[in-house]
Amino acid sequence: MSATNAIALPAPHPRRTGLNVGQLTAHAIVLAGALLMLAPFYFMFIFATHSDREILSLPPPIWFGNHFDDNLKLLLERLPYWWQNLGWSVYVALAVTAANLLLCSLAGYAFAMFEFRYKKQLFVFVMGTMLLPSFVAMIPTALIMSGLGWMNQPKALIVPAACGALGIFMMRQYIASAIPRDLLDAARIDGCSELGIYFRIVLPLIGPALGTLGLVTFIASWNNFMGPLIVMRDMEMYTVPLALRSLQGTGQTPWGAICAGSSIAVLPLLVMFALASRRLIEGLTAGAVKA
Amino acid sequence: MSEPLTPEARTAAPTEPRHKRTNLRTRLRGWVPYLFISPFFVIFLVFGLFPLLFSVYLSFHRWEPAAGLAAMNWVGFENYVYIVLNDDWFHKSLYNTGWMAIVSGVPQHLVALPLAFFLHMAFKRWRNAVVGAYFLPFITSSVAISLVFSTLFSRDYGVINASIAALHELPVFSWFLPAQNIDWGQPQYTKWMISFVVFWRYVGWNTVLYLSAMQTIPKDLFEAATMDGATRWQQFRHVVLPLLRPMIFFAVTLTIIGNLQLFEEPFILTGGTGGIDQAGKTAAMHMYATAFVDGDFGTASAVAWLLFMLIAAVTWLNNKLLGQKEDKA
Repeated sequence: MSATNAIALPAPHPRRTGLNVGQLTAHAIVLAGALLMLAPFYFMFIFATHSDREILSLPPPIWFGNHFDDNLKLLLERLPYWWQNLGWSVYVALAVTAANLLLCSLAGYAFAMFEFRYKKQLFVFVMGTMLLPSFVAMIPTALIMSGLGWMNQPKALIVPAACGALGIFMMRQYIASAIPRDLLDAARIDGCSELGIYFRIVLPLIGPALGTLGLVTFIASWNNFMGPLIVMRDMEMYTVPLALRSLQGTGQTPWGAICAGSSIAVLPLLVMFALASRRLIEGLTAGAVKA
Repeated sequence: MSEPLTPEARTAAPTEPRHKRTNLRTRLRGWVPYLFISPFFVIFLVFGLFPLLFSVYLSFHRWEPAAGLAAMNWVGFENYVYIVLNDDWFHKSLYNTGWMAIVSGVPQHLVALPLAFFLHMAFKRWRNAVVGAYFLPFITSSVAISLVFSTLFSRDYGVINASIAALHELPVFSWFLPAQNIDWGQPQYTKWMISFVVFWRYVGWNTVLYLSAMQTIPKDLFEAATMDGATRWQQFRHVVLPLLRPMIFFAVTLTIIGNLQLFEEPFILTGGTGGIDQAGKTAAMHMYATAFVDGDFGTASAVAWLLFMLIAAVTWLNNKLLGQKEDKA
């Protein structure tokens, strides 16, 4: 409060005056905190363009260098399948996303718009599955995948993740609030089939929700580490997180290559976030806030 | 999954008389919702429920996976007894998990709550950008970012040690910041390093949760409080905190559940080993190592279920402590 003395105007009601010094300090702290949150990303990109010797100097570099090519070369030396790994990540994430958009919206549509026996119980069951921690299924999942002969195959990552409870919940909420039942009944009376109604009426109307769910699902799949860690054995089948992780360990740590690879892994997420941060945050907190 | 519907309906349409077609449709219509929700249940049964049940079964067996399924030996609760009484690494990893859950978890909420309140009350134009900055760590790949952090935490030339050294030059900080570079790989520092990264990753998530809960508080309440001369602190203490109690309970529950199954950050930051003297090894990492390094799937499954029971117990306790009061109030 002594800080307020710095202001020349004696304000009888400090709360009513615009910005006082205390508030300015608070703003500064919050902004400094925001910069601290971003700092690791900044250094990741900076270091991606510096040689290891430059990174390991004092003070560390704080602006872009010109060694990105070398780092990329080193990365490809240590991870010969890097582009293929990137391709698997994209493929798996897109397949999981497409499957979730279709299957979750179908299920969400059913839970939102149909009346059927045990609907409530089934829905509670779906939501309940979100409570199960993933690590408990880790070991048997590995055994099932090897039993099915799915080890080292992308479908081991795609099929189990093809329809999630959170997606069903999001879809149900949105469809219940965005689509009038009369519309569906009208289509039924006109002789439209159930799948026709879904594809021609429901799907075109839930674009925003599909977008949000798509983002959330894509990111979750892109970042998935435990899944591939268990089912992907050969380096050429690794996804990006797994490939990056194998840069650790034996020999000298290639700092520049690690930062270059991490930048490539994180960049798509940053772009998505820049384009749709509000929608993304809404999607991720959907279960939390609306439940 | 909905294949059976279309072909039947299609073949039925041209040949059957009109009333029969309607009947078929009506009969099918009853099954439509079940068809629509069935993919989830099929996937869950095969890749969710079955693994869980199998894991329970496995936890009562001794088993060398290489010898095939026939080589499973029923040992009853032996795995559980061994873990609880004799598995020193489990005890240590459990201690580590609890330590890091508290040290990374408590500050998350102590920072996120006032931060969300401040953003809600004071920030106007830049709010979305600032919220975005705090939230960004949450959506990024934990592997990529943990690797970057291990670069930043390196002993001789890491940015973090360099920053500490620079701050040490300033008079205010010199009395509590060390003069020497910290070797973050040493056991006494490993848990701090991991906890910091976990804190960094999730503080923005909690802030967003609290911020979105605050937005549901009617503006009139703040106005009324301001008219009555309540200070910001009083508004926070007497308006925001009580109304946010359900969200606080929810967010704390999420933190507890998440922190007790911590895996990726410690795994990457310690190079998959748990670090020197296993100082950063969590219970989930111990389970992973028991199964996939030692090849002991039975014991590992028992570890998983013990950890699950622990999480359930702590969540229940949290519900008793935080959740109940909400009903009484």
